[in-house]
Amino acid sequence: MSKIAVMGDYDSIYGFATLGLDTFPVNETEEAAKLLKRLSANEYGIIYITEELAASLDKEIKVYADVPVPAIIQIPGIKGNTGAGINGVKKSVEQAVGSDILFGGVSSEEGETK
Amino acid sequence: MASSQPTPTRMELNRLKKKLATAVKGHKLLKDKRDELMREFLDLVRVNMELRQKVEEGIRQANVNFVVAKADMSEEILQAALMAPKQDAELSTTFRNVMSVNVPVFDYNTRTPDPNDIYSYGFAFTSSDLDGAVRSLSDVMQDMLKLAEVEKSCQLMAAEIEKTRRRVNALEHVTIPETREGIKYITMKLDENERSSQIRLMKVKDMMLEEAHHYKERA
Repeated sequence: MSKIAVMGDYDSIYGFATLGLDTFPVNETEEAAKLLKRLSANEYGIIYITEELAASLDKEIKVYADVPVPAIIQIPGIKGNTGAGINGVKKSVEQAVGSDILFGGVSSEEGETK
Repeated sequence: MASSQPTPTRMELNRLKKKLATAVKGHKLLKDKRDELMREFLDLVRVNMELRQKVEEGIRQANVNFVVAKADMSEEILQAALMAPKQDAELSTTFRNVMSVNVPVFDYNTRTPDPNDIYSYGFAFTSSDLDGAVRSLSDVMQDMLKLAEVEKSCQLMAAEIEKTRRRVNALEHVTIPETREGIKYITMKLDENERSSQIRLMKVKDMMLEEAHHYKERA
């Protein structure tokens, strides 16, 4: 039995606690990196992470790209949608097919401007 | 093309022929694997996109609701209301094998079956907007879970497809042509050797006959 974690700034994630998910409010990158490592080691099956926080944890998240668990999923925070989540989907299409044939291949430009 | 030419022996020839057979068989299998993975991936990634849009919209809506609820209450009361969640989510993870890629399947269980246990507070001191906000978040939860499963699967499959594609290409454009080249080189070299030894034998025979019968002197 594993659990579900939510990481991000407090305002974005406090609501999830009511659903029985474990919330971990963090703001600083270094602290978040440590937390991510700890959560992954502690049998959390899914870790939801706000897009803002994920943007600064790119390297740490990539470590878990090849293993089936934990699934690290980006969700929009309270400040709005940065498009990082959608971009992630486009990226995987690009990786698999070679170019984004499904959702209009603008993912790389978007990723840079935003 | 071959970087180092193979030694032209029959043993090497046999080895290369075996290698070619394996490579061709492997190439066919990997190609099938890639095609099937791609088919599944394309279906899955469409679902992924749909779910993601739905979840992002849902979370946005929930956030708006929470902001409204927060505006109506003091920070302390809100924090106190959400401090001790009644509900507890447990996740059981199983794995599904899609073309040798292990993808997770998440199953989500709440500690109590009562859907109203998401309200972890008494209703006396909180605004009704908070109930709506919590409700809207809980509605998104199923989709979020599905999204986690699908998105992780997509990522894993994308990585596997990339790997498989590289292997297929390497076999198709490097290993197989190189081996063919090697086989051709060895066969030609062996044929050449055979011809040259044939000629040598003929020459020797001529010389021996000459020695025995002295045709030239008689002519």
